[in-house]
Amino acid sequence: MQFMLLFSRQGKLRLQKWYVPLSDKEKKKVTRELVQTVLARKPKMCSFLEWRDLKIIYKRYASLYFCCAIEDQDNELITLEIIHRYVELLDKYFGSQVCELDIIFNFEKAYFILDEFLLGGEAQETSKKNVLKAIEQADLLQEPRHEYFNVPVY
Amino acid sequence: MPAVSKGDGMRGLAVFISDIRNCKSKEAEIKRINKELANIRSKFKGDKALDGYSKKKYVCKLLFIFLLGHDIDFGHMEAVNLLSSNKYTEKQIGYLFISVLVNSNSELIRLINNAIKNDLASRNPTFMCLALHCIANVGSREMAEAFAGEIPRILVAGDTMDSVKQSAALCLLRLYKTSPDLVVMGEWTSRVVHLLNDQHMGVVTAAISLITCLSQKNPDEFKTCVSLAVSRLSRIVSSASTDLQDYTYYFVPAPWLSCKLLRLLQCYPPPEDGAVKGRLVECLETILNKAQEPPKSKKVQHSNAKNAILFEAISLIIHYDSEPNLLVRACNQLGQFLQHRETNLRYLALESMCTLASSEFSHEAVKTHIETVINALKTERDVSVRQRAADLLYAMCDRSNAKQIVAEMLSYLETADYSIREEMVLKVAILAEKYAVDYSWYVDTILNLIRIAGDYVSEEVWYRVIQIVINRDDVQGYAAKTVFEALQAPACHENMVKVGGYILGEFGNLIAGDPRSSPLVQFNLLHSKFHLCSVPTRALLLSAYIKFINLFPETKPTIQEVLRSDSQIRNSDVELQQRAVEYLKLSSIASTDVLATVLEEMPPFPERESSILAKLKKKKGPGALPVSELEEGKREGGGELNGGADRGNDMSAAASNASTPSPSTDLLGLRSAAAIGSAGPSTGSLLVDVFSEAGPTALSSGVNDEGFLRDLEPPTESSDSLLIEAPGESDSEDSAPPLPESDELLNKFVCKNNGVLFENQLLQIGIKSEYRQNLGRMYLFYGNKTSVQFLNVQTKPVEPLVEGGAQVQQVINIECLTDFSEAPLLNIKFRYGGALQNITLKLPVTINKFFQPTEMASQDFFQRWKQLNLPQQEAQKIFKASHGMDIELLKTKLLGLGCALLENVDPNPENFVCAGVIQTKAQQVGCLLRLEPNAQAQMYRLTLRSSKDTVSKRLCELLAEQF
Repeated sequence: MQFMLLFSRQGKLRLQKWYVPLSDKEKKKVTRELVQTVLARKPKMCSFLEWRDLKIIYKRYASLYFCCAIEDQDNELITLEIIHRYVELLDKYFGSQVCELDIIFNFEKAYFILDEFLLGGEAQETSKKNVLKAIEQADLLQEPRHEYFNVPVY
Repeated sequence: MPAVSKGDGMRGLAVFISDIRNCKSKEAEIKRINKELANIRSKFKGDKALDGYSKKKYVCKLLFIFLLGHDIDFGHMEAVNLLSSNKYTEKQIGYLFISVLVNSNSELIRLINNAIKNDLASRNPTFMCLALHCIANVGSREMAEAFAGEIPRILVAGDTMDSVKQSAALCLLRLYKTSPDLVVMGEWTSRVVHLLNDQHMGVVTAAISLITCLSQKNPDEFKTCVSLAVSRLSRIVSSASTDLQDYTYYFVPAPWLSCKLLRLLQCYPPPEDGAVKGRLVECLETILNKAQEPPKSKKVQHSNAKNAILFEAISLIIHYDSEPNLLVRACNQLGQFLQHRETNLRYLALESMCTLASSEFSHEAVKTHIETVINALKTERDVSVRQRAADLLYAMCDRSNAKQIVAEMLSYLETADYSIREEMVLKVAILAEKYAVDYSWYVDTILNLIRIAGDYVSEEVWYRVIQIVINRDDVQGYAAKTVFEALQAPACHENMVKVGGYILGEFGNLIAGDPRSSPLVQFNLLHSKFHLCSVPTRALLLSAYIKFINLFPETKPTIQEVLRSDSQIRNSDVELQQRAVEYLKLSSIASTDVLATVLEEMPPFPERESSILAKLKKKKGPGALPVSELEEGKREGGGELNGGADRGNDMSAAASNASTPSPSTDLLGLRSAAAIGSAGPSTGSLLVDVFSEAGPTALSSGVNDEGFLRDLEPPTESSDSLLIEAPGESDSEDSAPPLPESDELLNKFVCKNNGVLFENQLLQIGIKSEYRQNLGRMYLFYGNKTSVQFLNVQTKPVEPLVEGGAQVQQVINIECLTDFSEAPLLNIKFRYGGALQNITLKLPVTINKFFQPTEMASQDFFQRWKQLNLPQQEAQKIFKASHGMDIELLKTKLLGLGCALLENVDPNPENFVCAGVIQTKAQQVGCLLRLEPNAQAQMYRLTLRSSKDTVSKRLCELLAEQF
């Protein structure tokens, strides 16, 4: 996989993960182009499209589009299920149905979970249990910061 | 605001994110961000040392701002500090920041690497994983230099935790993709391969990606992985859906691993070991059988995972292309998918069938689905699916269904999406030419193409129709009539005007008998389009007009008047003005005879020669040309580069030292008048050495010569040369072995000199070549089909990139020293998306390129035939016709071969005989050829006799592939 993008129906980028070296400028250009292309597609259209010399695999979950770019010899359907498994992992971690807000406010967690699941653009661990175990272990290592608990929350 | 679910939330961060979300306008957002940036800056610069938590929070805010799309130019140091924190979350945020915002600041890289080194050595698996993730995410060369040696050790060490192994494998993969030269598995190879046997499915899943990538580059070193992969696959395929516990995904056992295993096997030919192969075939059959079983779940995830494996299995079956039974089963399975209600499956079935269509075992089976595919082209609502359908129609096209498919594609073009029109046009043009039995059909098709999608018809397409019409007199009248009719349309495309102008200028006389298309009517029709056309088209039309004066003297006054008008003779465009002036003068002073000679009908386009070369020959006559001597002298200057001598391959390229403009440049009909640049530093390892040549200098374009088409492809600006390496030499371990299809590609060029040699998704290599006597010159055009740059093209002299969409030209000078059988190898390497592309092709230089045609009478032919009566002087083959037995096609091919096609020599008029002399530096080899077609049996007997046995043999081999 060359990169993965998560963006909203309004075209706001929520997560970007690049597995090939690109300049910031190029990344922005790619993102703009792809967001436009994917948002222009109608529901019921197929989840795959050719773009430059890559294959784009995308799927919409509620208000979020998950979009992966893979190379010619990569498998489209299994990539679609990579997306689904990632959604399941997010669901499980954030509890019940993950929503766009979870990802906005906890973007760093979304990146950590992705790194446990995919590394260098390849599936590292496909077992849901094992990925979540790794993340939860990390959470256990975090120390509560009592002095900040008094800061008012709105 | 949603409650932060776990771990320690950073309240300040959440507040900041909320603020940003509440901003009503872009300006408000920027204001809020600038305020925050100022705040963070002052905190970082402040006297008070920040605690880890605050540092983490601010770094995280910076990261958030960056991900919103704003530039961040500070905070890197604070992030690096976090790396050495012993609190996990602080370290984690530090690594995330570095991964996303890595800066090639060398000072920083050193610090980052230091922190990574400490974490790798910490023996704390969570820290090790974080460090490995960071390396995998950044993947820079500096990191490869620092860690490529260490990670393989971590990967195979017995005491490494499974999760660390997984990260190490994929981390290594990423480094290998960026810096393959730094990742050396060496002694670890076998232990890495054996990770396929690991008990932990996660380790296998991660490791197999690495193994696949390494196998692609070093198949021999990793070949033991085949049997391991087969047995692993077999265990998964035969397991019950619950056996693999959490690795079972919606009742499908280990779909990711299965796909990766099947993908790995595609790096290798079918297993030689019978038992392994049997086991694998069993797996593939089981996968195909499972596709027919009722689904275990109604969820789309279940069917997707199952079908992902199925498609990967079909890819493997196609890759092997040796099991007819499996191929046909695969085709039937895909046939079912063609009508599936899931769009995704229809899309994939169309895509996968495309590759099945090229297998001889399944081509016919694919063809049975033609109606479904045509229907898909017409009714699919999604353009990407329609595009796949068009691709498949193109792939399944052959002589039997060409007319139907071309007709369907043409009618689809009328409504086709703009995004795919150009490609469709090319496809139609290629199919129409490839399968044209009936040339009036070909002409109709191309004219329709121009009519329907003129904007998308590239120059090559309309050049080609003209070349074909010129070369085939049976279609000229029809072409003139058809194009005349097409021009009647009130609005017709400029490309149609070009074709019309050219064809009527040549063959308008063939329809002039009909009063509806009398000379004046033709002229008026063409001229009515004149003012709407661009300058090049107008120039072409002016040439058509002068041709009219020759064809139809009665049009002379009308045309002269047009030429004389101010809008022509004083046209502000130099080219048009010059044509008008010269044509006017020519028509007024030249006698009818002179005019007829100057404006003679275009001679047929020989496939093997450019029109310029022909013109040059006419000028110089076939006398002695000092080319060989010149080349000889230059070769000494450039150094003897015959690296192939030790392989018994005497094909050598002479590097022309072009620092002085040499007359030979012109003798070979090159357009670059003055070449600059000197021969590159030559090394013994180069078989073919290349050098830079300057771009074209101003050319005096002959205005009124008949070569309308002479400037088909002006040379590109610069000709950066790519390093071409010799096989079997010191550098050759880097060179890929020749592609399996390289022989087939070579065969395409036996009877022609120009065309596309190679094409994949990234690169297109076009060839134009010219030969005379024992010398040749070949232009290679490297087209970058992607939109990004190829990096690290090894060039000499260095100009190491090819812009997206751009083309680079390279010139190779060739001298044939003695006869040869093996074609020189062309090795191309460049970097694309971090991966080194390594392609080896056979340069289409075959012995017949050095043919000089010899005309001789019947008795001479037979006398020489009898003289060459030693058994080894003759080579003969009897073979089945594979391209139909069209006489004209055969003639074109034999002419393309380069020898003279002798008429009235063979007592049997069905037979073809040819004669020619192969020119090599060492000797000249006379060759006689006889081709006896047997139409009834669809067989040929081909006999070659020459004074040298190796030449007879090689020519016979080459030719047997052509008919």
